[in-house]
Amino acid sequence: MKRISVTVNGVRHEAEVEPRTLLVYFIREQLGLTGTNVGCDTSSCGACTVHLNGQSVKSCTVLAVQADGQEVTTIEGLATNGKLHPMQQAFHEEHGLQCGFCTPGMIMAAVGIVDENPDPSEAEVREALEGNLCRCTGYHNIVRAVISGAKASV
Amino acid sequence: MAAGQKYVGGGVPRKEDPQLLTGQATFVENLTVPGMVHAALVRSPYGAARIKKVDLSAALAAPDVVAAFSGEDLADEWAAGLPMAWPVTDDIRIPDHWPVAKDVVRYVGDAVAVVVATSRAAAADAAELVDVDYEELPTVVDIEGAMAPGAPRVHESFENNECYTWTHSTGDIDAAFAKADVVVKGEYTQPRLIPNAMEPRAVLVQPSPAAGDFTMWSTTQIPHIAKILLSMILGISESKMRVIAPDVGGGFGSKLNVYAEEALCIALARRLGLPVKWVAGRSEGYLATIHGRDQLQEIELAATSEGKILGYRVKIRANMGAYLQLVAPGVPLLGGFLYCGSYGGEAYHFECTGVFTNTTPTDAYRGAGRPEATYAIERAIELLARKVGLDSIEIRKLNYLPQGEMVPSPGGLEFDSTNYAPNLDRALELLGHDAVRAEQAERRAQGSTKVLGLGFSTFVEMCGLAPSQVLASLNYGAGGWDAATVRMLPTGKAEVVTGTSPHGQGHVTCWSQIAADALGLDIDDIEVLHGDTHVAPHGMNTYGSRSLSVGGIAVYEACGRVVEKAKTIAAHLLEVSPEDLAFENGSFSVKGVPDRTKAIQELAYAAWTAHSLPEGTEPGLEANCVWDPPNFTYPFGSHLCVVEVDTETGDVDILRYVAVDDCGTVINPVIVEGQVHGGVAQGIAAALYEEATYAEDGTLETSSMINYLVPSAAEFPSFELDRTLTPSTSNPLGVKGIGEAGTIASTPAVINAVADALAHLDVGEVPIPATPERVWRLIQNAKGGAA
Repeated sequence: MKRISVTVNGVRHEAEVEPRTLLVYFIREQLGLTGTNVGCDTSSCGACTVHLNGQSVKSCTVLAVQADGQEVTTIEGLATNGKLHPMQQAFHEEHGLQCGFCTPGMIMAAVGIVDENPDPSEAEVREALEGNLCRCTGYHNIVRAVISGAKASV
Repeated sequence: MAAGQKYVGGGVPRKEDPQLLTGQATFVENLTVPGMVHAALVRSPYGAARIKKVDLSAALAAPDVVAAFSGEDLADEWAAGLPMAWPVTDDIRIPDHWPVAKDVVRYVGDAVAVVVATSRAAAADAAELVDVDYEELPTVVDIEGAMAPGAPRVHESFENNECYTWTHSTGDIDAAFAKADVVVKGEYTQPRLIPNAMEPRAVLVQPSPAAGDFTMWSTTQIPHIAKILLSMILGISESKMRVIAPDVGGGFGSKLNVYAEEALCIALARRLGLPVKWVAGRSEGYLATIHGRDQLQEIELAATSEGKILGYRVKIRANMGAYLQLVAPGVPLLGGFLYCGSYGGEAYHFECTGVFTNTTPTDAYRGAGRPEATYAIERAIELLARKVGLDSIEIRKLNYLPQGEMVPSPGGLEFDSTNYAPNLDRALELLGHDAVRAEQAERRAQGSTKVLGLGFSTFVEMCGLAPSQVLASLNYGAGGWDAATVRMLPTGKAEVVTGTSPHGQGHVTCWSQIAADALGLDIDDIEVLHGDTHVAPHGMNTYGSRSLSVGGIAVYEACGRVVEKAKTIAAHLLEVSPEDLAFENGSFSVKGVPDRTKAIQELAYAAWTAHSLPEGTEPGLEANCVWDPPNFTYPFGSHLCVVEVDTETGDVDILRYVAVDDCGTVINPVIVEGQVHGGVAQGIAAALYEEATYAEDGTLETSSMINYLVPSAAEFPSFELDRTLTPSTSNPLGVKGIGEAGTIASTPAVINAVADALAHLDVGEVPIPATPERVWRLIQNAKGGAA
């Protein structure tokens, strides 16, 4: 076991983890933050996307020990004072979700995209979302939501 | 009922969203109960093998392990095997199918043993330590191989691998072909597909040992059906079982089943007296969750020299996999009435043979039989067009069924509403047909290596499963009704209890829209309850684009009954006759005396206090409806696809996708469009990207998301949608269904476009998925090149 200290959504957590524990399972099972989903076992689907020090990462590709001393933001940490983040609001307004399983990862990825490119074109959004899979929406409304969320985030 | 139209037809933002947007969803994997233990399965690595010995000792000695069992150890748990509810013929062969194999494994992924531990990781680690001694047996993985003389038998107890043959005919098919001027024949392979709902399957069972009852949370589309069937498998009284489908992350048919792991977790919970949880990894799910499609098709059209179709002769073979899952034999039948598409004719013959192979069982995947049928007819009609010298539009308009209600189709169905030509015209207008053709001609004339193609798919489908008596005639093991309860609460709010079980479709929002208009309430005053057999005791659940046209109608009718009862109470309190009352916006008023009113909220309170009710009236204001539809519904549409094919690389790029659907009355256009987007994307994926393949020894080659291509946003264009509106005559709202239409329509639209792009090269049949390599080889072969 290894002792780590990780700040998640502004709260510092001290914990013992097995060295093999993935960040996503540390978040889900040890911290009980189940908003971050696991959709595959090959780092293909992006459902587990979170922010590590402000950068979007697939939390199934990061070991919990690698997050020692770092800051993590999950979907639970995105809304502030009960008000949805503009990207969450955009997904709602543009019907950018159906079953909602890919949605937390999709929104975290989208926020990351807009951080790097505040005014993305449709083609840029589609390319940038390549690591996040959705099976319900055909991506049509997700792409619209990201563009709309980008405008609202300015 | 005097219903306002405040919400129905509007793009009301979804009530489901807030929890899903903020990470508060109740997906099964998110749930924990105290004392919970975790199950991990040991699965066969062989396509076929005899189990000689299962040694659990090392697993049992591993840390944190609670128990471990082989199939033989668990044999006493099962009062019945895993169910198959659609024995399509009287002589169908139904193999035993146990949750954990006892003697022989028949596909890679067949369960052999289970380990239970206090953590998921410990269970997975210990499962690796189970030592199984197998004797390998010969395998067969494809339809033709399984039907070949002397093929290895998947089930030794059957004399060959044929499961059933089902036939269906109308008219005199031989006469139709005898008098035909032209006959065209198409042969198509429908690849095996992996549904890939984004949420992998999971089960959590909490026993109550003293009471002898069980609560199961499952990633299921069918909590009510699962409750009945699991009680039979486990020999538990149905009244002791509660099944909850909490938030479910997509299904597409892959969660329309009763699975081994559900039965197993109940059995383990019973034996151990502990809550037991199982969560599939994605790759485990690829082995242990049903696959879809996998058919070989032959279709012949008999026609006049002018291109008028006389008859349809269809023969298909369908891969069932190693066992029969819940409705697998019936899946091809759902397409078996539709190989004539939206076209007329005199005669029809359909024959389907189901075949066992050493592969993961197949079953219903979005569209279930209808995408395959639509593919065959929409490809074949292009062959006919070419043969008789008509274009894609002319051949269709020549053969369309006439506009009308209850129009007989050559396939033996009566289509509730047909109006096809205006729908196609709208699609052509939206596309700008002539401009697309002009650009196509220009590129060809210039000798461009980026050629354009335009593909048509003018489909009709049958959905809204289903009239119970029709299901009976097809040997289906259940009814096709659905149930709703609408309950006004004393404070003036309302609960809508539905037997449908949504997993992304937006039933909470749509049922709220229907009820809010019918009752005259604010949409936020309506709560929709679903997916828990203790809360909603009756339901047939969600699949086959049935929820709105069956379950939604039950909601609508139950609302009507609530309003009728409220009216009698209002009349009593206002001291008038019910006939003197008008109902509008939630308020009853005396005709001609508009200030004498009773709001439905007041009547709900009056019904609850029961202080003054009409004589003989029971307290309370609620009503039930169980709606059994009189007919299927038959959505139709025209999907047009423009592709650019790179003749040097074989790459296919979709430039435009235009879809004009007719799904009757629309409750929420935003949700309808979302269903079309997602459905079209899945059909495009089947056309260009997805195919599950097996090695001859039964190994699934496409064993994870690494080598099975679920396309991303980068692979799709935005879609251009519109609708025509021809109300269904099968229900009082005129609704049809839209969950599967996109998937049914889109695969042939894409492949027709690829074929059209390459028409000048005379490449022959375009295989699916039309990968760059395959398309490049077609082009090279046509050129006589060394491909």
